[in-house]
Amino acid sequence: MQRKNKPKLAVWKFASCDGCQLSLLDCEDELLAVAGAIDIAYFPEATRAVMKGPYDLSLVEGSITTQHDAERIHQVRRNSKLLVTIGSCATVGGIQALRNFKDVKNLTALVYANPKYIETLSKSTPIADHVFVDFELRGCPINKAQLVEIISAYLNGRKPNVPKYSVCMECKRRGTPCVMVTQGTPCMGPVTQAGCGALCPAYQRGCYGCFGPAETPNPRALSEQWKALGKTPQEILRAYRSFNAYADAFRKEGDAHEG
Amino acid sequence: MKDKTITQAENRVIKVGMLARVEGEGGLFVKVKNNQVADVKLKIFEPPRLFEGFMRGRSYSEAPDITARICGICPVAYQMSAVHAMENALGVKVGGALRSLRRLLYCGEWIESHVLHIYMLHAPDFLGYPDALQMAKDFPEVVKRGLSLKKIGNEIVRVLGGREIHPMNVCVGGFYRAPAKAELQPLVEPLKWARDAALETANWVGTLPFPDMEHDYEFVALHHPDEYAFNEGRLISNRGLDIAISDYENYFVEEHVAHSNALQSTRKGGGLYFVGPMARFNLNYEQLSPIAREAARSGGLDGVCRNPFKSIIVRAVETVYACDHAIQLINEYEPPPSAAVAVKVRGGIGYGCTEAPRGLLYHRYRVDEAGTILDAKIVPPTSQNQRIIEDDLQRFVQARLTQSEEALTLGCEQAIRNYDPCISCATHFLKVQVERD
Repeated sequence: MQRKNKPKLAVWKFASCDGCQLSLLDCEDELLAVAGAIDIAYFPEATRAVMKGPYDLSLVEGSITTQHDAERIHQVRRNSKLLVTIGSCATVGGIQALRNFKDVKNLTALVYANPKYIETLSKSTPIADHVFVDFELRGCPINKAQLVEIISAYLNGRKPNVPKYSVCMECKRRGTPCVMVTQGTPCMGPVTQAGCGALCPAYQRGCYGCFGPAETPNPRALSEQWKALGKTPQEILRAYRSFNAYADAFRKEGDAHEG
Repeated sequence: MKDKTITQAENRVIKVGMLARVEGEGGLFVKVKNNQVADVKLKIFEPPRLFEGFMRGRSYSEAPDITARICGICPVAYQMSAVHAMENALGVKVGGALRSLRRLLYCGEWIESHVLHIYMLHAPDFLGYPDALQMAKDFPEVVKRGLSLKKIGNEIVRVLGGREIHPMNVCVGGFYRAPAKAELQPLVEPLKWARDAALETANWVGTLPFPDMEHDYEFVALHHPDEYAFNEGRLISNRGLDIAISDYENYFVEEHVAHSNALQSTRKGGGLYFVGPMARFNLNYEQLSPIAREAARSGGLDGVCRNPFKSIIVRAVETVYACDHAIQLINEYEPPPSAAVAVKVRGGIGYGCTEAPRGLLYHRYRVDEAGTILDAKIVPPTSQNQRIIEDDLQRFVQARLTQSEEALTLGCEQAIRNYDPCISCATHFLKVQVERD
């Protein structure tokens, strides 16, 4: 159905690797159709053309790590009817949230010769810590099929179908034998939200938690299992402190193995 | 389009607040005083992410997964430089089918990244469109060809690496799982189409209008005696540089300036150098496959290219090469006995340098006896090209001072995009402003 006024889509970037917004350009088969159904009104990675807001749907990538960005996100919110955060950086602070467990001044001095030129906050925080978020799409990176689902759900006025269960469900559906049970490979699948399609176990590797905590996870029980498989507290700590380190359930379980 | 020629343009400022169609956040500031370009700053305000800081204390085995997250466009490059550096530190040698699979994975990323840049980021500049989607309204078949070609690059990365962005199948020593022959074989027919489409691409980009700008650059690239270098070799230049990867820091230095959250690289002693597709093409032309050399000729290149605007042709040539080479690698593939070489942890220092789509990507790690990372250094291609970009802009603006603000700004943006800058990488880069006072 041809709409008279196509809805306006905006894509915003904060601290991130660009991978999640690239997922939109990676929809090679759907991109021209998406562009037919909506106006890509603001998307600097793809176009120098800018349409004025307000925007019907804003996709926000990246975490807040500077004072300037902490202010900019409020402008984005004011200009957006619906605001959807995409990826681990935007939903939980991302890999750069590893600074939240260290002294950021020391880290900056390790990387830059003139740390005084660098303005950065002591913590990398998710967008929802700053403004109201309508929907959070997890993953490092996000799954592009889920991104298309979000846009399609929005265009059709329905709730996005994005499951919150664990990676284990996807393994079962895919028919992958459990790598932890059959091979003794430590796997974060039981506590990690589905969405990737249970890729790692299908590649003979334990899940390493790219989609963050599943709904009602039990990381304490999983840590016991990891210990039984010979993993040290340091290794368990590192497993939780990666791309979703600042997500509540992962942060707490990581902290429990510190020191 | 408004074309107001500025006559009293002795003093002016060109500013671009937010550069579009680059990866990451940056801008440009050019100041003209008494008809001389007085200052050019490529501003990088992408927030710092401090990777080298938080790599400390992580396990050697985590380096490919963590450093991949520096860049969503070229994660394979980060993974390749990381595993080679770690293998260098741990005394691990990866050869045979595993080495070939790494080359295949890199072919996938080169195709995906180059085609994204050719069709979606750079070509719209030459043809006067704000983006590829607008270009698609007048050139639907061209844009569709680009998208299909890009998809095949992504498909290689997906099959072999597990997913297009941040592949999870790469590890120090090789892969978690080596693909069966039957998994790779279905890629051959689409790749044959892709090779033809890439040839058509080379032909097409060769017809674009190119601004006249040549310069005698020092090109630096990895060189390997037996192949178009991706992962291994020595660092060479057209001015006699010929060093081992481990000597990189003895010849190149990084500087930190106030206007950039990315460090800038120069040759020791201050000389500027150029990395990326044009450097590789000029230094390693002889190692391109015959069909890729044919693509270069059909795109109008005769061996040496010194006009950075023509890098779009070089990217198309390298895309032809990557498709052609991928077919060869798949046809010759026999699964290795084991998906990865066994790694014995030891303390040491390791160097890795591979050819990311945008150019040299250098990693150095020091690890202790338990395999814990003590320190890390990462130099991405955009950091290395940052000074050359500023230098190009200086010459570009100086030669076009009578142009309108709008034409000059567009030209500057296009000149920056010649380098396919990846700002996300460089901070681990860009805003355009031109000031005439």
